[in-house]
Amino acid sequence: MFKAILYDSTLCIGCKACEGACSERWGLPYNDKIATEERISAHKLTAVETHGERFSRRLCMHCAEPACASVCPVGALQKTVLGPVVYDPDKCIGCRYCMQACAFQVPTYEWDHRLPKMRKCDMCYERQARGAPTACAAACPVGATKCGDHEALLAEAQQRIAAKPNEYYPKIYGVHEVGGTSVLYLSAVPFEQIGLNTNVPQGPLPALTWRVLELVPDVVSTGSILLGGIWWITNRRAEVAKAEGKSK
Amino acid sequence: MTRMLPKITVWRAIFAAILLSGAYATYLRIFYGLGGTTNLSDRFPWGLWIAFDILCGVGLAAGGFTLVAVVHIFNIERYKPILRPAILTAFLGYMLVVVALLFDLGRPDRLWHPLVMWNPHSVMFEVAWCVMLYTTVLFLEFIPVVFEKFGWHKPLTWIHSISVPLMIAGVLLSTLHQSSLGSLFLIVPEKMYPLWYSPTLPAMFFLSAVGVGLAMTIFESWHSSRAFGRALELPLLASMGRVLAVLMSVYLWLRFVDLGRRGVLGLLARNRSETWLFLLEIALLLAPTVLLFQRKVRMRPGALYMCAVMVVFGFIANRLNVGVTALEAGSGTHYLPKWSEVAVTLSIVAIGFAIFRVIAQHFPIFEAHAARAEAPEALVLEENHVGVG
Repeated sequence: MFKAILYDSTLCIGCKACEGACSERWGLPYNDKIATEERISAHKLTAVETHGERFSRRLCMHCAEPACASVCPVGALQKTVLGPVVYDPDKCIGCRYCMQACAFQVPTYEWDHRLPKMRKCDMCYERQARGAPTACAAACPVGATKCGDHEALLAEAQQRIAAKPNEYYPKIYGVHEVGGTSVLYLSAVPFEQIGLNTNVPQGPLPALTWRVLELVPDVVSTGSILLGGIWWITNRRAEVAKAEGKSK
Repeated sequence: MTRMLPKITVWRAIFAAILLSGAYATYLRIFYGLGGTTNLSDRFPWGLWIAFDILCGVGLAAGGFTLVAVVHIFNIERYKPILRPAILTAFLGYMLVVVALLFDLGRPDRLWHPLVMWNPHSVMFEVAWCVMLYTTVLFLEFIPVVFEKFGWHKPLTWIHSISVPLMIAGVLLSTLHQSSLGSLFLIVPEKMYPLWYSPTLPAMFFLSAVGVGLAMTIFESWHSSRAFGRALELPLLASMGRVLAVLMSVYLWLRFVDLGRRGVLGLLARNRSETWLFLLEIALLLAPTVLLFQRKVRMRPGALYMCAVMVVFGFIANRLNVGVTALEAGSGTHYLPKWSEVAVTLSIVAIGFAIFRVIAQHFPIFEAHAARAEAPEALVLEENHVGVG
């Protein structure tokens, strides 16, 4: 049983209360100017986007099998049992592979800092760990962002679609995308119309590299035997040639 | 030396200008961070320093392991005269890759973290370990040159006693991380332009690295023969050119088989910058491949050199395409390196050339095989004025 967030774009009124609550929770500045930025960045870990008359919220998807955690060379990113993908800034070396690997372009970087960190939503890990809802869910005045157990929220999302089939696009974003995410989206229109990337692979991403990485022990063992054997044969051949040359 | 002065001054002026701009860029990098020195952004987190300094840097140093395998493991002794310059290039190349990493990493002070914080699921982790270990191997493969210079026989015999496992380890480590630099991109299938994204990236990276390793060996032999007025090992380099032609034709064949199997050859009909940059890359690799199959091209030092240069540029085009071009469209943004990114990159290359030259002048890199200069087939190039650096 892991935690999830259900974001229902049809309910969202674009008030940006989630943004303010998120910034407060992280101790980041928030003002009218920052409120107009419609893109997540190192100083704004969630952002409400306007798509015509509809709204959409961007935040870390907290994938079931996160690419960011699999590519991090020092294990600074971890998928917790609770659901959130968390980040340890003290380990991070700043290679930015997580940013490159994330299919949703979520991790952001403190480009202008001398000692920068990666920044992304951590689904309010410490609040969730003590059973409290995420700051964004607690702040949402209309219940567009809801926080809870993944199974329950998934069932609720299906119910909402079934109850009002005319108001919903009949799919839930986050069920199949990159093998499933902890953030689920409902929308009235196809997801690409509210700015979501529908071109992401439908299976987990870490498998793509593991397929190759798991061959490393085989390459090392087979390779050393092969190369050692070749060396032994060619070297022996040279020695024999030398010895025969002398005996003549 | 004096007679070289006029021409060298031009080179020195360029060299100094590059280093000055590099020094200023370094100052900016330290005090104003990556944001102040690069055009990188949240949507485009890797730029020139990864695509050129790391991807090309490691690849261009591949001559080291290729020649070690040829000379010591396959025991093809006649290539020995060009082994040391190849090992020196590789050693310097890897040292400079580490320097480049210090610029590119957000926290260069934590370069050592992968040593103690492990994630075996990360390609980057594997690359970090391989590069670290292989740089150590290269140091040990290079250090006999220093021992010879000062006549220290005891450490020489000691190094010699571990040389076979050392060389095998070097070849294996190189095989692993040359291919892993391609594996780095396996995790972004939807972000990368399909002309470059392929499940075969690791194999393709490995093959092209071996090819460019040979090309770099020809390149540096030619330059050093001019700079130091020594004999060019033409028959050797020519036969290497033939191997290079075979290797590159296999590589290009596999590239197109892969494109065909993934059904993306039709993309070439689109008038996009990706198409043209792809064709440029292929042309730079195909032209020397065709030319090198002809004996009269291989036996002419100038033509052989130009072919090697084309392979090197084709290889660079490939790595830049994988690291930058292929990722632009999917990122929803454009990236062009800032002047300071270019300045740092050029400085690193310039320093590499300069150190190679100094070491080659003062240590037994080429002279150990001076006897070959008298060989009748060897061709002595008179014009020795093009000293780089």
